[in-house]
Amino acid sequence: MSRRYDSRTTIFSPEGRLYQVEYALEAISHAGTALGILAKDGIVLAAERKVTSKLLEQDTSAEKLYILNDNMICAVAGMTADANILINYARQAAQKYLLTYNEDIPCEQLVRRLCDLKQGYTQHGGLRPFGVSFIYAGYDPQRQFQLYQSNPSGNYGGWKATSVGANNASAQSLLKQDYKEDCDLKEACGMAVKVLSKTMDSTKLSSEKIEFATVGKTKDGRIYHHLWGADEITALLKEHNLARDESGLDGDQKIV
Amino acid sequence: MSFQIPLQAQLNNNHTIRKHVLLGITGQDFTLIAASKAAMRGATVLKAADDKTRQLNKHTLMAFSGEAGDTIQFAEYIQANAQLYSMRNGIDLSPSAVANFVRGELASSLRSRKPYNVNLLLGGVDPITLKPSLYWMDYLASLAPLPYAAHGYAQYYCLSILDKHHHPDINYEQGIKILRMCTDELKRRLPIDFKGMLVKVITKDGIREVDYDDSARIDCP
Repeated sequence: MSRRYDSRTTIFSPEGRLYQVEYALEAISHAGTALGILAKDGIVLAAERKVTSKLLEQDTSAEKLYILNDNMICAVAGMTADANILINYARQAAQKYLLTYNEDIPCEQLVRRLCDLKQGYTQHGGLRPFGVSFIYAGYDPQRQFQLYQSNPSGNYGGWKATSVGANNASAQSLLKQDYKEDCDLKEACGMAVKVLSKTMDSTKLSSEKIEFATVGKTKDGRIYHHLWGADEITALLKEHNLARDESGLDGDQKIV
Repeated sequence: MSFQIPLQAQLNNNHTIRKHVLLGITGQDFTLIAASKAAMRGATVLKAADDKTRQLNKHTLMAFSGEAGDTIQFAEYIQANAQLYSMRNGIDLSPSAVANFVRGELASSLRSRKPYNVNLLLGGVDPITLKPSLYWMDYLASLAPLPYAAHGYAQYYCLSILDKHHHPDINYEQGIKILRMCTDELKRRLPIDFKGMLVKVITKDGIREVDYDDSARIDCP
């Protein structure tokens, strides 16, 4: 029944739905979970890496977390190839704004620029929509730290804590339970790994299975964003007793 | 290869243009902008109550002098763009963002066939940090943030006074007092009747016109 309205992204079905957009959302719900938590002194983004291999170069292949601008980073859920197009677009938009006004683009404006582009693919025919949802973390002087989420339809919203990707419903309800209004960045990081450990298949995590990033303020008031290295992630996991057993990890190395 | 100023832009050395007075002074929580009220063409005063300023948004005011048609055309183009930004984004551009935007526009105009021939002062108070600011820009699109500034012949008379008396944390009354010294000196020394000054002040609450009485006669010693 729905077939007739499948091939064209821009045609409503008789029930008033855009199937291609819904399929894009479906594609995203199979992607690795990504979540973001807004704290009073910063924001944390965490994401589950789906592609893991001993052979994978750790620090040259970011799968889920990207820097958009000096004041903004984002987490991706969905098709990474599609995301690359959008991220490139966002980076250019941010730089163009910087060139014109000599200041960083306000977070919501950058989010809106991306969402305008995404929306275009739900209305102008012939092409499929971008199969990506984003979580954005950023700072601007007007509204301080901000967390946004957007999806393939081009809708976006500001959140205190949110998640996208596989198991995002359960992640969302865990966040709802655990979120504290005035938590600091450290507590938020703890909450992020705990929620992630519950939504991922394995309860014991490791640095190659997740990506982590924070946006915050240095002591002298500058805004920084930081994509965490493997050792930092491992340290955080150990602190919360979620790290995979070290002896198990070294198991096959001991067989000589 | 040598850099050549476009022919049209050289008109800025035109005597009439430099007779217009533009002054700007910042203080602890305000920026003062003053502009002469005479609209001149050649040796003739066409109007004695000209307003050479445009409000760009709630906290930014631009004063301009230069080629007669260009000034208002350019100022209102900038004004329209600043207001479009506010409407689209639900937030005003900061004074520094406006200044850099104007510089970009003027710089690309300068490299066109017919550049705008305008000199500008941009006064503002940042709505977030509440810091007052003043930007000086000439027709070659060079931009400078300054504590006080002037355009035209007024520079020669006023900058020395401002050098001596200005302080970054002067209050409004002190600011007006220094402005009075400047305008008195202009009346005393500048051999032009510029028909008095229109004075506006920008504070965190917005922009308002100052009741500035300069009817007093100042004689040269």
